[in-house]
Amino acid sequence: MSFWEYANPRKFMAVSDKALPWLFTSAGLALAIGLIWGFFFTPDDFRQGSTVKIIYLHVPSAMMAINTWAMMLVASLIWIVRRHHVSALAARAAAPVGVTFTIIALATGAIWGQPMWGTWWAWDPRLTAFLILFLFYLGYIALWQAIEDPDTAADLTSVLCLVGTVFAVISRYALIFWNQGLHQGASLSLDKEENISDVFYFPLLFAIAGFVLLFIALVFYRTRTEIRLRRLHAIGLKERMT
Amino acid sequence: MPDLGQYAVEVLSAYAVSLGSLVALIGFSIWRGKRVKRALEDAEARIRNG
Repeated sequence: MSFWEYANPRKFMAVSDKALPWLFTSAGLALAIGLIWGFFFTPDDFRQGSTVKIIYLHVPSAMMAINTWAMMLVASLIWIVRRHHVSALAARAAAPVGVTFTIIALATGAIWGQPMWGTWWAWDPRLTAFLILFLFYLGYIALWQAIEDPDTAADLTSVLCLVGTVFAVISRYALIFWNQGLHQGASLSLDKEENISDVFYFPLLFAIAGFVLLFIALVFYRTRTEIRLRRLHAIGLKERMT
Repeated sequence: MPDLGQYAVEVLSAYAVSLGSLVALIGFSIWRGKRVKRALEDAEARIRNG
């Protein structure tokens, strides 16, 4: 079976209908395990005290804010190259999910930064790139809303997504590019020396899995809504013409 | 409830903001999804009934 079969809206609706209950349930379970474990059953950090518990929200949301944009990029490229409507609608469906993750990452970062750095905000390369990514999300959503013809909207938002990718990449690698600013390095690393302690690491993995599964579930659910909305739009046009 | 010490406000507000945002996103997505589904069913019924 080819991957491209899922570009057929009917096929996508059938598969997502079966997958959604499993996705929402597993997302809820993983999130509950990660957050309850992290909040109630992990010790304070010797330097950061209890603020280390914010890691279970901040790291997964920041990761998913960037990865959502990456998913939108892939979907936009598929739209540009192959003109599959489901991919354009999936990118549109993902944007409000991504903007919510970005808001959570920015808010929890500010709340965590205040007691640790002594400031809510600094024009640090990573923070600034993240703020610009947030503005790109808003621009992307606004552009979809502003254009009535869905194909034209998909074309223009795809181009905007390509441009915004620069800031998604900078948000991820700002520390490597500039090696300055207040923000610390990656919390998760393949280098054992740099990685966080196991006592924080395992609940964090569950929290990340929960955010990833929630993202997939929400994008599936919202793409189904977008497909229905497109069909509704087509029926409305047909009714106005007859 | 664990003892959050001097950072209780920060930790609790981070959880409140995050979980509140996620619940709002899920709630809004489901509300909009149901509304669109109902509107499409009505439109398709109109077509079937001529």
